[in-house]
Amino acid sequence: MNILDRAIINTLQDGFPICERPYAEVAKQLGTSEQTLLDRLQHLLDEGLLSRFGPMYHAERMGGALTLAAMRVPEWDFDVVSELVNSHPEVAHNYERDHALNMWFVLATETPERIDEVIATIEAQTGYPVYNMPKQHEFYIGLRFKA
Amino acid sequence: MSKPAEQIHSTDALDAIDRKIIMATQEGLPLTARPYHMLAEQLGLAPVELMRRLHSMQQKGIIRRIGAVPNHYALGYRGNGMSVWNVPDEKIMELGRRIGALDYVSHCYQRPRHLPTWPYNLFAMVHGRDREEVNDKVAAIAALLAEDDRGHEVLFSTRILKKTGLRIGS
Repeated sequence: MNILDRAIINTLQDGFPICERPYAEVAKQLGTSEQTLLDRLQHLLDEGLLSRFGPMYHAERMGGALTLAAMRVPEWDFDVVSELVNSHPEVAHNYERDHALNMWFVLATETPERIDEVIATIEAQTGYPVYNMPKQHEFYIGLRFKA
Repeated sequence: MSKPAEQIHSTDALDAIDRKIIMATQEGLPLTARPYHMLAEQLGLAPVELMRRLHSMQQKGIIRRIGAVPNHYALGYRGNGMSVWNVPDEKIMELGRRIGALDYVSHCYQRPRHLPTWPYNLFAMVHGRDREEVNDKVAAIAALLAEDDRGHEVLFSTRILKKTGLRIGS
């Protein structure tokens, strides 16, 4: 990653214009050419330094729902529960964390009601309570990482 | 795996054309000189119409922003801790805004407590080069909160059990 790559990553986290030649506009800001910017962006995506480039959509404002949920799963049962939880297509991410509540997953559903259904199903399947922690207020979602 | 098209629901703010635009851009924006023109052509729309709709969705907050999502792990941010805080409910708006504005905090949310198991009502994802740097930053947040910090913990992930990515929203 060179200086230009870093500048591209830092600049493109702040937004991108909607106009006929948006890359040309950003390239001008960065002091480079449109083609160089396109080439470097492709490279950053290919190398996995950027996981995505494009519009970021707000699930809830599109009618869907998201929540974070946690479980306390005994070690001996962890793999079985993990498999049961992951088998639900609504489970988008699932992480093991170093805490008594050791399984944390994100549910993304088509409707808000579906969240409760999936949680009830997981509780019935596993026999462990699921702590539902939907966001009540979002203070900032910046995801700015200085490259 | 990707989410099927029908998982995006129609709301008052979204019509069928908006949904087509969302589906066509979930993978990303084309890397070509006139990306919106290319998309418009794929979707059979006039470029101005496509751009107008993107603007409108951005204004309504359906699009948070258009931009790059860095892979923080690949950028060297190996420490990613979920810090959780028990702060007074009556001050959470002010405290949440202050913590959310810190440049090493990526997401900051108020979430419900589950007493007695879980006393924390404020979540902040803290990023650093390693766990030590994350712990230093958490200590800085604790100092900033002072007496409003009624207890906190940092949870590090030890294993990714599933990561399909949120096709919508993430």
